[in-house]
Amino acid sequence: MGETKMEDNSIIRIEDLRRDFVVGSEVVHALRGVSFSINPGEFVSIMGTSGSGKSTMLNILGCLDRPTSGRYFIDGQDVSNCSKDELSMIRNRKIGFVFQSYNLLPRTTSIEQVELPLLYNNSIGPKERRERAEYALEQVGMANRALHTPNQMSGGQQQRIAIARAIVNDPVILLADEATGNLDTRTSYEIMSLFQRLNEQGKTIGFVTHEPDIALFTKRTVFLRDGQVMKDELVETQSAQAALDALPKSSDY
Amino acid sequence: MNISNLLKIAWEAILRNKTRTLLTILGVVIGISSVIAMVSLGQSSQMSTQQQVSDMGTNMIMVMRANQRRGGSNMGNDNVQTLTESDVKLIEKQATYVAKVSPYVTAAGAVIYGNCNATGQLQGCSPSFLEIRKYELVDGSCFSDDDVNKSAKVCVIGQTVKANLFPNEDPIGKTIRFKNIPMKVVGLLDSKGQNQMGQDQDDVIFAPYTTVQKRILSQNYLQMIYISAKSEELVDKAVSEVSLLLRQNHRLDDHQNDDFEVRTQSEMLQMMNSISSTLTYLLAAIASISLIVGGIGIMNIMYVTVTERTKEIGLRMAIGARARDILMQFLIESAILSLIGGVIGIILGLVISYAGANLLGWPFTVSVTAIVASFVVCAAFGIFFGWYPAKKAANMDPITALRYE
Repeated sequence: MGETKMEDNSIIRIEDLRRDFVVGSEVVHALRGVSFSINPGEFVSIMGTSGSGKSTMLNILGCLDRPTSGRYFIDGQDVSNCSKDELSMIRNRKIGFVFQSYNLLPRTTSIEQVELPLLYNNSIGPKERRERAEYALEQVGMANRALHTPNQMSGGQQQRIAIARAIVNDPVILLADEATGNLDTRTSYEIMSLFQRLNEQGKTIGFVTHEPDIALFTKRTVFLRDGQVMKDELVETQSAQAALDALPKSSDY
Repeated sequence: MNISNLLKIAWEAILRNKTRTLLTILGVVIGISSVIAMVSLGQSSQMSTQQQVSDMGTNMIMVMRANQRRGGSNMGNDNVQTLTESDVKLIEKQATYVAKVSPYVTAAGAVIYGNCNATGQLQGCSPSFLEIRKYELVDGSCFSDDDVNKSAKVCVIGQTVKANLFPNEDPIGKTIRFKNIPMKVVGLLDSKGQNQMGQDQDDVIFAPYTTVQKRILSQNYLQMIYISAKSEELVDKAVSEVSLLLRQNHRLDDHQNDDFEVRTQSEMLQMMNSISSTLTYLLAAIASISLIVGGIGIMNIMYVTVTERTKEIGLRMAIGARARDILMQFLIESAILSLIGGVIGIILGLVISYAGANLLGWPFTVSVTAIVASFVVCAAFGIFFGWYPAKKAANMDPITALRYE
């Protein structure tokens, strides 16, 4: 491990990451030694077929799960051996996570959903909390839905609220797990356009997807197969807004 | 995590899940109110039974002439003349555990009014006799101490006597004849029904004992002395006190047997005590079962509702809540629910006990023990089973909790 020195300013750096699951008497190797890093301002899609280990990968990047072995640095901090409470703190301050199924609290207004991460941060008072939540809603274009509850909103709107909740704590990286997986094409493009705009504003984004056309809106793609990096290449980025404009009107219903 | 944020989170969670909140509170309310109502109503019924038994006069003591034996032959007690007015006076003056004393003599004979007649007992006593035997007047008044001093020819009659002699008349002021002695009826007693031996307690005529002694029996001794102790608990003390006084007054040496016999309502007391203890055991059993049922109800609701929120716990952890933040939130939530449910349960329990006691004509009592015990048990169940599943969920990895279905 002599070569693993912190010499760069990468947001995320993983080295020889492995994750094994014990299912019954068998051991399943979901990740078999993955190494790469993500630099500030990048917009990386992690692609792969079902079972390639991409979700396991993202869960570890999001500190929701812990690797069996290997090292993981986020924002220069080694989190491989952090305690549960330390991981909670990192999730609260450095990471924004967007789920495929939104994971909003039922019967809760948008502004309260977005405030939620800040409630677990003692250094933020009620006034700042409200202001930051309002600003996050503005950024995702949902300021006029602040008092709506999830069952009053469409899937795309709910995902926007979830994105607002992920960026309200000003994370160093925004991680999304199949964030467009439950949405139709038009809404998916709208969400991607939102991600592109956030990226332009300086957010570093890690985006798991299995859809090649979605990956085209990112700047770099890491392909996983059987728990290993198969390909890691730059993408000829397309504009989601342009793709949106190009969609025929008839598909919009 | 500061406490005001935690309170805000817990309070919002309570408001957000109104059905669950109501069900949980309902569980606590039912647990607590049923225990309080059961125990309070049980105690009310116990008090009511006690009252009924003591209405029969559990603190009554009877002093009778002893059945004397001389040289191996039973002399009977009819000729024993040892009980006298001086015994009554002494007891009245000196006995400290005694409330009321009445001399007692009785004569049997025919009673006549107009063309009606009946056979009956004329019982001679003092006015306090009515209190000792718990007789109540419905009309007129009792004869007075003055009547006793003057051996006045007045009497008080029971309902059966009224029915026999005065079927359609008001007996007050009328004169009846007992063994040809005219006696004016001055009072009518309330019905008392049969005693536990099946005797009709309304077939009675009471007159001043002096009247019966002098005008009918021509004797100066008494057949019995009726005494009431100051309370049921003091009966035994009163008995030994009275015995001692009588022995003194009768100048009995230590080696001599009593020339009198003291009887109490001990059988009745025993019966009452056995009823009381049976009721107490029954109540304890009912209360324990209610507590267990209430506790299990709360446990189920808490366990299910918290387990159902495993996904929510996963999300909260994913956005940065620590395990102890989750635990505190659920502790606060279940404590608030238990507290609200507890207060409503106590109020409802009291209302039910009050309404039930009123409906059944029992005295209303509040069992503080039941209130405290049910509240503590239900709150403990509620808080523990709100906290325990939350602890289990909080110990999972966030991703496991998030995927929990």
